[in-house]
Amino acid sequence: MTAIAERGRARPVTTAEVTMAAALNRALADALGEDETVLVFGEDVGPLGGVFRVTDGLAARFGDARVFDTPLTESGIVGAAIGMAMNGLRPVVEMQFDAFAYPAFEQITSHLAKFRNRTRGRVALPVVIRIPYGGGIGGVEHHSDSSEVYYAHTPGLRVVTPATPGDAYALLRQAIECPDPVIFLEPKRRYWSKQAVVLDHAGTALDQAIVRRAGSDVTLIAYGGTLDTALEAADAAAEEGRSVEVIDLRSLSPFDDETVTASVRRTGRAIVVHEASRFCGYGAEVAARVSEQCFHYLEAPVLRVTGFDIPYPPPHLEEYHLPSVDRILDAIDRLQWQETRPAVTAGR
Amino acid sequence: MTSVTRAVSRGRKPRELLPTGTPLTLLEADGRTVRPADLDMPDDDVLVALHRKMALARRFDTQATALTRQGRLAVYPSARGQEASEIGAVLALRPQDWLFPTYRDSVAVVCRGVDPVEALSLLRGDWHCGYDPYEYRVAPQCTPLATHALHAVGLAHAARLKGEDTVALVMLGDGATSEGDTHAALNFAAVWQSPVVFFVQNNGYAISVPLSKQTAAPSLAHKGIGYGVPAMLVDGNDAAAVYAAVRGAVASAAEGGGPTLIEALTYRVEAHTNADDATRYRRQDEVEQWLARDPLARIRQHLLGRGLLDGPAIAALEAEADAEAAALRQRMNTDTEHDPADLFRHVYAEQTPALHGQLQELSAELAAAADDAEVSR
Repeated sequence: MTAIAERGRARPVTTAEVTMAAALNRALADALGEDETVLVFGEDVGPLGGVFRVTDGLAARFGDARVFDTPLTESGIVGAAIGMAMNGLRPVVEMQFDAFAYPAFEQITSHLAKFRNRTRGRVALPVVIRIPYGGGIGGVEHHSDSSEVYYAHTPGLRVVTPATPGDAYALLRQAIECPDPVIFLEPKRRYWSKQAVVLDHAGTALDQAIVRRAGSDVTLIAYGGTLDTALEAADAAAEEGRSVEVIDLRSLSPFDDETVTASVRRTGRAIVVHEASRFCGYGAEVAARVSEQCFHYLEAPVLRVTGFDIPYPPPHLEEYHLPSVDRILDAIDRLQWQETRPAVTAGR
Repeated sequence: MTSVTRAVSRGRKPRELLPTGTPLTLLEADGRTVRPADLDMPDDDVLVALHRKMALARRFDTQATALTRQGRLAVYPSARGQEASEIGAVLALRPQDWLFPTYRDSVAVVCRGVDPVEALSLLRGDWHCGYDPYEYRVAPQCTPLATHALHAVGLAHAARLKGEDTVALVMLGDGATSEGDTHAALNFAAVWQSPVVFFVQNNGYAISVPLSKQTAAPSLAHKGIGYGVPAMLVDGNDAAAVYAAVRGAVASAAEGGGPTLIEALTYRVEAHTNADDATRYRRQDEVEQWLARDPLARIRQHLLGRGLLDGPAIAALEAEADAEAAALRQRMNTDTEHDPADLFRHVYAEQTPALHGQLQELSAELAAAADDAEVSR
């Protein structure tokens, strides 16, 4: 992996290698420590520390008035968080798994997303909903959904997803400070990925994409769980003489048109990579925007490397569903190189 | 922040959580005092205030329905016949408490002090709730059913964490008690011992569906025991009883006694809204029976009987109500200015570049349309 763009002031806290789960834990602890209006609650987030241990030790450290287990009702968790935010608190709630967040959907779409608007800005709801999402961990049914577009399609919500431990810390801190409600999607197959980083949140803004690898022939647009796959594919493509740029979107809503457009206008080719199903998937929006904004720069259609339009497969079959390095390389090969110029030529 | 203990049982025996078999009542249908009284009779000045606000509410409600016929309101769900419940509950709140109303509770919102035109913003067809929730401690009128019950629980729980003496009262209808969020809210409030009053106005119908198709429970108040929430069944057409019941529940919540569920048994005299036809699903003789139990007439008879009200006072009150209605009619008869740009202003704290771009698109479209209109003139 190339140098990760963790810009910003260095805090005194340089870590040894941390996992994404530990970075998230640290972000929650720091937010709880710095702002007494921050609360953390959900199912099993108290003494257990969450099923992925992201809230490990927080209840003991901050007390059960600020970090606590709730009854097992997702709409209740989000609905109560809305009321708490109305009364000046900053709730950070956990939905245990992607598909288990669906009972909260009405609270999220009809209230959390709309309260600011329907009160003409008088009631802000700075609520963060953390949702472990996506597959790749051998989960049984309902434990591996990529639910990002349900939220990204809803005006009033911000939707972000980190792909690295450093970003997990930075984005979560920024999400908690954000005056808008944030759907914080944690790619669960990256929970145990490690990185030596400075945990800081003064770097890249919450709504900006980051170029994780510079390249000149083709732009791979990825996020969350598929970023590492895209970076691996870029390494492999380099051996074949293709220079691949990799963008980590980070913010799915709002979308960072500027970074993506600038890249594709340089490379002339773009592929979107995500785990979620293709039809009406996030890649459809990205492809449409790139087509609208980069049409005269494109050498080939914008392609999508995604999961199939099937319910998420069981553990034994998920490898066939998830975008792989080979699938990305195949897609790169299909970008009509022969019709233009040799692949090694730098893009415009 | 103060630590919160979550005592679930509070030492109450299960039986003590149950409502009475018949509704708690203070005033008979003819205005006479019930003896022995089921609840503490409110002070005379409270009774006079209840009557006054109910008379104003009745007139407001009639005027609002009329405004739908004149095209000045997009729709209006009437609360006619429910004034004792609406007003009794609101007057029982303290200034520091919060009200979480539904779309049917406009008269409660106005009673809480919200300007009537602001209160009718949504029903007028505007995109926002009209008033500042923090100014009146009134949440936006909630259109989805029961979802706001959880907001009330969250707000009340936060108040407790912050050491504030605030109780949240949420208004629900009988239909809303079938929604999952009513269950969730009662359960959360009970487990957390949040200072919340669940005020269910059982008006007999969820649009066209009668209560018999909504639940098999002995009463809606009986649902409380399943959550460990004490419940009361109260005559919802008896303003004195509603006031006393809510006042008691608010006091209990404020003292750390946790939530209470109150079912106010009342009746929706009008159709669901002006757009509904109630003759398709209920008989007129049923409506007539309830008209004989009119809540406004009941408290008026009581006050007249006790010399707390007289003919001239009623006439003066009616004149005041008419004047308010006339003022409302006049203010609603002016066309409001709508700026489509407002639709883009409060989606996020800061307008996103994409929204800014879409606003430019719309502005260009409007400018072109204005030019076309100029040319054709």
